[in-house]
Amino acid sequence: MTDVIDRPVNLDSDDQGPVNPDHGHDHGHDHHGPSGLVKWMTSTDHKVIGISYTVTSLTMMIIGGAFAEIIRAQLVSPTSTLVSFAQYNELFTMHGSVMIYLFVGPFAFAGLANYLVPLQIGAPDMAFPRLNLLSYWLYLSGSLVMLSGFLTSGGAANFGWVGYAPLSNVTASPGSGADLWIVALMLTGFSAIFSGVNLVATIFYLRAPGMTLFRMPIFTWNMLITGILILLAFPILTGGLVMLYCDRHFGTHIFTVSGGGVPLLWQHIFWFWGHPEVYILALPMFGMVTEVFAVFSKKPIFGYRGMVFATISIGALSLGVWAHHMFTTGAVLLPFFSAMSLLIAVPTGIKMFNWIGTMWGGKVTYSTSMLMAMGFLFTFLVGGITGIYLASPPIDFFTHDTYFVVAHFHSVVMALVLGAMSAIFLWFPKMSGIMLNERLGKFQFWFLFIGTQVFTFPMYLVGLKGMPRRMAVYPNNPSWQSLNQWASVGALLIGISMVFFIVNALYSFKKRVPAGDNPWDAQTLEWYTSSPPPAHNFVSLPPIHSERPTWDYNHPDHLSLGHGDKEKAKAGS
Amino acid sequence: MKKESILFLFLGVFWGLMGVVYWFWSRDVTGAVMLAGSVFLGLIPGLYLYYWYRRSGYHLRAEDRPDASIEEGAGVIDAFPDNSIWPMIFAIGCMFGVLALVFGTWLAIPAIAFGLSAMIGFTAESRRGGNI
Repeated sequence: MTDVIDRPVNLDSDDQGPVNPDHGHDHGHDHHGPSGLVKWMTSTDHKVIGISYTVTSLTMMIIGGAFAEIIRAQLVSPTSTLVSFAQYNELFTMHGSVMIYLFVGPFAFAGLANYLVPLQIGAPDMAFPRLNLLSYWLYLSGSLVMLSGFLTSGGAANFGWVGYAPLSNVTASPGSGADLWIVALMLTGFSAIFSGVNLVATIFYLRAPGMTLFRMPIFTWNMLITGILILLAFPILTGGLVMLYCDRHFGTHIFTVSGGGVPLLWQHIFWFWGHPEVYILALPMFGMVTEVFAVFSKKPIFGYRGMVFATISIGALSLGVWAHHMFTTGAVLLPFFSAMSLLIAVPTGIKMFNWIGTMWGGKVTYSTSMLMAMGFLFTFLVGGITGIYLASPPIDFFTHDTYFVVAHFHSVVMALVLGAMSAIFLWFPKMSGIMLNERLGKFQFWFLFIGTQVFTFPMYLVGLKGMPRRMAVYPNNPSWQSLNQWASVGALLIGISMVFFIVNALYSFKKRVPAGDNPWDAQTLEWYTSSPPPAHNFVSLPPIHSERPTWDYNHPDHLSLGHGDKEKAKAGS
Repeated sequence: MKKESILFLFLGVFWGLMGVVYWFWSRDVTGAVMLAGSVFLGLIPGLYLYYWYRRSGYHLRAEDRPDASIEEGAGVIDAFPDNSIWPMIFAIGCMFGVLALVFGTWLAIPAIAFGLSAMIGFTAESRRGGNI
């Protein structure tokens, strides 16, 4: 049966009578729907799909993390023989691919976003629930196809996660592992596009009355801009992959010089997807930590509109920076891309300022979630500042393809991991109805945070000393070796932090400390409904008069005022 | 719908300006073409949303008005589909489809079988009001 969903009622109105979740249309069968495996395979509920996405992407994080640990173990000694050169190439390719395509992206724009966006805007589901489910299954099948490269006789793809032409052509990279990588990305690419469509349509058409665009939580705003960027970027990548496949198998010469093609075209296409992709990964985490800072500082978000316009600016500018990855090709317009890349630091700086402003003067609670968000702030600052160095062509010429670049983007993505963990600790009670253990969480935080710094700082230094990336062995230079060993220690600490996370999840499910609807006294609409929310999310809705309706409902004495209302309130008093 | 359409139109116009600067400065065809495509991706949804906003007589929906109460949105939101096996079947078809590109055209047989049955399933499900 199709469900016809009525708007939830206003709890405060007298004429609605008793609130009954089953009133009106036939909702009852939802509660007797399939469970277990069948539910996972067939449920079009955004909450189930969101959890499926989250669990699958975290599993991918563990797999990609295991690849990373092997890579770091190999680099402990300059002439290690733990893995062969060929295996090493496969490992760093699949580490990058799994982490970017299969973990951070799906976690950010499809996992928590699927779960939270409808809840935050008071919607019963995503706009296209079956498309949403298709999106998940395309993602999972794409992941399996990519990983199955390891089972082929030639091994998995081994040309780096960027798949540069001509290295990715059929002469340099024969074998089905490379083809599996290409076709897997076509599947996950469509999955991402469908998620983007769903996000934008949901946010435009399914908001609750009174939930104007400028009252949406920052997380939802960021998901809207992310959705638009997905719609722009992913079709270009998928198109590029089709061209690459045609070059490999149908005899076209789009990226091969011999037939009149241009290898550099692949870099243009790849990075025209790749740089917006960085923001597709980062904006959701920005949104998540914004909510965390506001909740654990017991304050409204500082500079709400500034945050929104910063997000829009990042989205707008992110299309003009792609060739800063290609400075050393000598074939791109350096001043344009350098200026645009430096410009994008301005809205990011505004966000940094506003996050600190949110904490400033607030009643800060140092919960695990808040610590993770603060760890995000520091680590992202390091990654962001080194990004500004790299936006300057003279520095980029010097450090391109060294470990300095590797360290830069690992600072950025490890910041995103800290942001993701912060979000998990904040929203896990909403998703499951039980609390995660704080003590284990804090152990996890310290291992993760210190591990990240111990991991990245030596890589910056060894990069400045000139160590190139993607090498299985390196010259026997004592200072290079000790820096690499420190980086490996950091990687090990990060690995241990993930063990704490898994233990914490298992322990919490066994212990089952009930969370209640709003354990953090949080502000946005998802905390108004029960934990976990019922089928179609809301039995009733509070009046929405600001960007934090749940707070207003729970604290009528401390209403948050809309813009312009402050002056009115002052004039009135 | 007004602000939604302005958001898309702004992005389209911004990328257009950026593209013009980029083209006259660099004369790089690749980047200019991709930016031109992005302009359309901003303008087409923006104009579509604005078209519907105008056709509604510049009507502000309850979710566009800051003073709207929850009661104003009373009534049916929409019909949402129940559990469905067909998205998974369709994705399996797609997976066989791409595997056919790698391991041989014979894999197109299961791809077509899964894909077609999913399409029929989807359609029939919508027509009967759908269930697995």
